[in-house]
Amino acid sequence: MAPPAPFRERQELMDADRLSRTLSRMAHEILERHPDIRGTVLVGVRTRGVPLARRLAARMKEASGFEPPVGALDITLYRDDLTTVGPQPVLKGTDIPTSIDGRTVVLVDDVLFTGRTVRAALDELIDFGRPARIELAVLVDRGHRELPIHAVLLLERVAGPRPRTPARKRRRRR
Amino acid sequence: MTAPAYPHRHLLGIEPLEASHIQAVLDTAEALREVLDRPIKKVPALRGKTVVNLFYEASTRTRASFEIAEKVLSADSLSIATSTSSVQKGETLLDTAKNLEAMNPDMIVLRHSASGAAHFLARHCRSAIVNAGDGAHEHPTQALLDALTLRQRKGRLEGLRVAIVGDVLHSRVARSNLWLLTKMGAKVTLCAPPTLMPPGIETLAPTTSRIEEAVEGADAIMMLRIQQERMTGGYFPTLREYHARFGLTEERVRLAKKDVLILHPGPMNRGVEIASEVADGPYSVILDQVTNGVAVRMAVLYLLLGGAEAA
Repeated sequence: MAPPAPFRERQELMDADRLSRTLSRMAHEILERHPDIRGTVLVGVRTRGVPLARRLAARMKEASGFEPPVGALDITLYRDDLTTVGPQPVLKGTDIPTSIDGRTVVLVDDVLFTGRTVRAALDELIDFGRPARIELAVLVDRGHRELPIHAVLLLERVAGPRPRTPARKRRRRR
Repeated sequence: MTAPAYPHRHLLGIEPLEASHIQAVLDTAEALREVLDRPIKKVPALRGKTVVNLFYEASTRTRASFEIAEKVLSADSLSIATSTSSVQKGETLLDTAKNLEAMNPDMIVLRHSASGAAHFLARHCRSAIVNAGDGAHEHPTQALLDALTLRQRKGRLEGLRVAIVGDVLHSRVARSNLWLLTKMGAKVTLCAPPTLMPPGIETLAPTTSRIEEAVEGADAIMMLRIQQERMTGGYFPTLREYHARFGLTEERVRLAKKDVLILHPGPMNRGVEIASEVADGPYSVILDQVTNGVAVRMAVLYLLLGGAEAA
């Protein structure tokens, strides 16, 4: 007898083609919201947010002629479950190539879920300076937020059933 | 779940580690180094963890860099120098450690003049133990920071030719480095006067008593301090004579590779084991070693105290 599936079945949300088009759309949206592109910094959340941020920056360059700087954020040291997750998570390092003081930071990640990663990312960013504004761009919103956080730039909403795994195990998936 | 990158509860020495564990510490240190360049040099990773630095021997670099590493990672720390503690009243190492443990620290960083002191504490204490130097046995964090410095400058450790020159007999730095470099695939040559070469060590690495032979073609030269405080007999006639035969001079540096790196664990005896022009010269990475020392100690703290207790 098959156990009840806690997750939605695997499904393709977008293929390479559609992802490419939606990234272009997102890049244009960022440019519309922030005409002063030189004051914008993209910061990808490791691991999967970083290539997304790079691709977005390339699209923004195509559209505006200016490529915004791209940083990478490793939020491990700011996790709220660092001393309960099991073995130490592997550190990949943070790299913010420019000052973020007074600039608009667009935080980029692939999936928004509990919001705990974003909370950690916000705390870490603030330790690098005082940005004028921080926005959040994600590809997919899985719902089930545990913190009052929402994305400004969002491509897909996928509200599956709440996973029945214990909270701690779920957070480990970040 | 994947196996932890560093599966040990303590850091007692390099000898029991595997190459992959050493790699994990170096990679973690590399990732953490950036924190030291931030406008706010502090991350909340080890909030609520308590570390006791228990130092039975004098130390500037090691103690300062452990303390800075602890503060940057937000651990609470206190340092006990035995000269101002109850050790003066005759308390034994074990009693001191047990009493400190009654205050529930998560880690004890120990420096002691007796070889094996850190192993002894690890057998009798609940806390994670980090060996910050035990007698003439091991000084693992020094070897790790030396390796990090070499890896940054040379891009690798494997295949490097490294000369370790000086007071090998009394040097825990030499032993830890010998273990580490050998495990990582570097080729080590040891050089000391015959009186300062521990018998039997030639089974671990080639030895010589001619510095010219040791440094010829070397990618890196690690100089060791003449440890007069540990010397009980006449190991060489005079410091001047030692410098003439074994001191690292510019002339001798020229025998090594063009891009040789000069390392010294400090404190230096200028004009004895190393000439001032060499210590301050273009090949010297002695101050890089100190900066890397903080990163390596942060990595050790993170790997031992981050994550849940091993079940």
